[in-house]
Amino acid sequence: MSETRFTDQHEWVTLDGDNATVGITKYAAEALGDVVFVELPQKGRKVGAGAEAAVVESVKAASEVYSPVGGEVSEANAALEAAPATVNDDPEGSGWFFKLKGVSAGDFAKLMTKDAYAEFVKGL
Amino acid sequence: MRYLPLSSDDRSAMLKKIGAPGIDALFADVPQAAVVPLSVFNLPDTQGELEVDRALSKLAARNVAAGAGPFFCGAGAYKHHVPSAVDHLIQRSEFLTSYTPYQPEIAQGTLQYLFEFQTQVALLTGMEVANASLYDGSTATAEAVMMAQRLTRRGKAILSGGLHPHYAETVETVAGLQGVIARAPVTPGSAEDLIALIDDETACVVVQSPDVFGLIRNLRPIAEAAHAKGALLIAVVTEIVSLGLLESPGAQGADIVAAEGQSIGNGLNFGGPYVGLFATREKFLRQMPGRLTGETADIEGRRGYVLTLSTREQHIRREKATSNICTNSGLCTLAFTIHLSLLGEEGFTRLARLNHAKASALADRLCAIAGVELVTPTFFNEFTLKLPKPAAPLVDALANKGVIAGVPASRLLPHDKSAANLLIVAATETCTDDDIAAFAGALKEVL
Amino acid sequence: MDIEANRRRVTAPGYHPPEELPTISGDRGLDHEEKLIFEIGRDGVTGVDLPQTQIAATRLGGQKRKGAIGLPGLSEPEVIRHYVRLSRKNYAIDAGLYPLGSCTMKHNPRLNEKMARLPGFGDLHPLAPRSTTQGALELISELMGWLTTLTGMPAVAMSPKAGAHGELCGLLAIRAAIAARGENRPRILVPESAHGTNPATAAFAGFTVDEVPAKPNGRVDAEALKAKLGPDVAAIMLTNPNTCGLFEGEVIEIAKAVHEAGAYFYCDGANFNAIAGRVRPGDLGIDAMHINLHKTFSTPHGGGGPGAGPVVLSAALAPFAPLPLLVAEGDGFKLVEDRDELPAGAQPFGRMSAFHGQMGMFVRALSYMLSHGRDGVRQASEDAVLSANYILASLKDVMSAPFGDGPCMHEALFDDSFLDGTGVTTLDFAKAMIDEGYHPMTMYFPLVVHGAMLIEPTESESRESLDRFIHVLREMALEAKAGKTARFDGAPRLAPRRRLDETAAARKPVLRWKRPELPQAAE
Repeated sequence: MSETRFTDQHEWVTLDGDNATVGITKYAAEALGDVVFVELPQKGRKVGAGAEAAVVESVKAASEVYSPVGGEVSEANAALEAAPATVNDDPEGSGWFFKLKGVSAGDFAKLMTKDAYAEFVKGL
Repeated sequence: MRYLPLSSDDRSAMLKKIGAPGIDALFADVPQAAVVPLSVFNLPDTQGELEVDRALSKLAARNVAAGAGPFFCGAGAYKHHVPSAVDHLIQRSEFLTSYTPYQPEIAQGTLQYLFEFQTQVALLTGMEVANASLYDGSTATAEAVMMAQRLTRRGKAILSGGLHPHYAETVETVAGLQGVIARAPVTPGSAEDLIALIDDETACVVVQSPDVFGLIRNLRPIAEAAHAKGALLIAVVTEIVSLGLLESPGAQGADIVAAEGQSIGNGLNFGGPYVGLFATREKFLRQMPGRLTGETADIEGRRGYVLTLSTREQHIRREKATSNICTNSGLCTLAFTIHLSLLGEEGFTRLARLNHAKASALADRLCAIAGVELVTPTFFNEFTLKLPKPAAPLVDALANKGVIAGVPASRLLPHDKSAANLLIVAATETCTDDDIAAFAGALKEVL
Repeated sequence: MDIEANRRRVTAPGYHPPEELPTISGDRGLDHEEKLIFEIGRDGVTGVDLPQTQIAATRLGGQKRKGAIGLPGLSEPEVIRHYVRLSRKNYAIDAGLYPLGSCTMKHNPRLNEKMARLPGFGDLHPLAPRSTTQGALELISELMGWLTTLTGMPAVAMSPKAGAHGELCGLLAIRAAIAARGENRPRILVPESAHGTNPATAAFAGFTVDEVPAKPNGRVDAEALKAKLGPDVAAIMLTNPNTCGLFEGEVIEIAKAVHEAGAYFYCDGANFNAIAGRVRPGDLGIDAMHINLHKTFSTPHGGGGPGAGPVVLSAALAPFAPLPLLVAEGDGFKLVEDRDELPAGAQPFGRMSAFHGQMGMFVRALSYMLSHGRDGVRQASEDAVLSANYILASLKDVMSAPFGDGPCMHEALFDDSFLDGTGVTTLDFAKAMIDEGYHPMTMYFPLVVHGAMLIEPTESESRESLDRFIHVLREMALEAKAGKTARFDGAPRLAPRRRLDETAAARKPVLRWKRPELPQAAE
């Protein structure tokens, strides 16, 4: 059964076994405005929890996307390169950034639950 | 003071509105210890236009302008004829006194000419994209090396010995922080073996063609060898007019072109301001330094232009920017674009042929003098001569005879003893038959 | 895109029929639509008459160009009309008040343009024999004298080509000075209100950047800054007057603490125009400061350059100034280009560019200085500060000035709290100024206040011009607050273009003109 958790840097991560999918939250996508470019990690790259893994850009801003959990990049969402607007249209679905394998459940357990993140965003 | 519109009555009324007893009150945050009286400055007081004009004209008159007589200096800056329309247009208030086009609704004039400029530079260099200019050719070369270091994640840059030594020093100073800068041996009149120097650590090879001695280089084999090792080829062009006659760097496989655009539209200005041209392949776009103008439409669907991909730049990316560059060479860019628009395909290619023809005629004439040899078997509008005596004192002796004969190689390579007798000579469309005869005659006298 | 396509003729040959041309209504009166030169030009036309020359290809080393470049052909009248029409789509200082804070859009005297074009300066080769360039070297020396005297600093490096290039020069000198002491100091402290070039330059010069917060009064938090000082700090980069338009009153104490920690004080001199002739940065303990000749000393901005950024240096940094060095020799001057000829003590860190700096800008700046004189330079600073305070005092009751309790320096900073609840943003407000005939002020900078609007009138405006500007901004602010927001919605309406789609431009970049695809013949 998969579960989704969140970071205070506005990434979401869904864990399924030791595989994870990472993206940015609806809140982040709205704050950023129209996304014009996404730089994704190479397949096979090993990233640590909290490490810079991708970049997302709007016309006037650029933000790093940090990997909420450690693992090896198994896939990047190449569709975003041609259609960056997907990040705005469906940030927590088809607008995912990359997938990881070999993810430790320990990293995951430290992250915010959906409710905790919702509280966190309310406080901003 | 003629540039200050406020009268003393205005100043008093404004202070009253502000509620300040005097101008000093507005500087209240400045520590008293740091406020100095005017008498501290040992400088003159206000002067009228006439006096300033007189003082500066006097200084100008002590220099020998390139147009004052036979003139043959090149080595990175070239004397060309700039059509009268160019200077007239760039002095229009709307171009001269506007800022960087951050408000595109009221800066379409600047943005459109930058778009035209980017297109012209891409066409000339045979590359896919060009930026809206950098400071000059030397700083553009340093930026190109750093871009290659970022793209390849390698530090080593190999600089051809034919790269202008001042360019090489600029690269060492600026890009040397990111990796090793390896300078290949200087081989006037021939191409050194750059391919042997390329290894798996190499980010880029930097080759100037025509090189600082005027020799035309073949970039193709170097591009192939660099690419085979995962390195990039940076082509440097200091005389952009050469591309009217020579194969473009893009057609020869260059990955980045860094060039000096001064020859088109811009005067010699004793070294600046000039205009750095920077072009590359579309796949490297995101690592490009400097401003870019892109086409788009306004909310009524009308075509317009904006500065774009600014997330690469310092005002957004701050310490993660591709470069710290902010100001570019706006007005020099405009001069370039207007001059090239006036030339067009026909004018530009004729200009290039004329330059080569003048230089060829000059080389033939000078090499007919006993003891004078042509060092560079190939050249565009600049070549290197080997003289029977050290070149620097000869240049001074020729200057006394009214001939500005060129740049002694020793001025650029003071440590290279073999360069002592070499003279770098340029001839452009401005060179007349009389100039050539004067040079040959004077050279015979001083040898 | 293939390179082969570049070599094909890109202009459609021949005459363009009138139906391709814009309609009269599309041109909106005198606001002519203008195509690109590539769409106007055609084969067989040129704007420069040059002879056809026969050449032998023997000296070209087999590198002769094989295809056409693709440049369009236009006659001189077409080129002039094209660029004149383009010029009319631009705003300019000559046409109106240009209140861009931190950019200093002051009057550009035309005498300066004339002087820079004297053949002895404009037509002088950088490597011409020394005996033929003495007047130019003396001019540089005289300008150096003005810069060092006005700043109270002992030395100046002239070769940096713009402000950011000057920052790099200053930091490289600091790097060299630290290396000469056998130390390693990787960190640079930068206030969060800094220009973006500061952190970018620090990173570019190989340092890591540590941000220092601002205090609620808009000044750098000196205590926080002191706490961050340590043996790994190379320098601080501080703008003074700062980007909020405020003087950093604790500057002398900050400099003292920095020096005690063994670090250097870099000052971003972008705002020197507020204090020139009254305050000498050298007296404040500054070690290096670039001077934007295109701001303080009126060399024209030219649509984004060229600039010039000489860097004044303290005695501690002066030995590390880059090549070339200008030195007196006999009764003239010479440029030292090489390490073998260095004067005693000089240890240049390297070279910033091929030649000796922005000579064309030097001539203009010196022409400005000689015209103003020391008294005029001081008066200009005072008038700039007076005009900014006049604007602040006249607008702070209807707009919101976060630091409006005290005087400002040469620019007045407002935030967007006066627009709270109106639905109007800083961007809307600024763009609506265009419909009133003004260039917008600097927006969303500095980052330390919300929705920043930074207004710098400079000393070049008459009282009547300032009053008119104030009147317009007051009316706009009052309308916004009264809920009359129609004029802000989608402004501007009365400009050559309305708001442009920057998102589309960035998503699918079109950075050059390409020849339209010709229709394919049916097979």
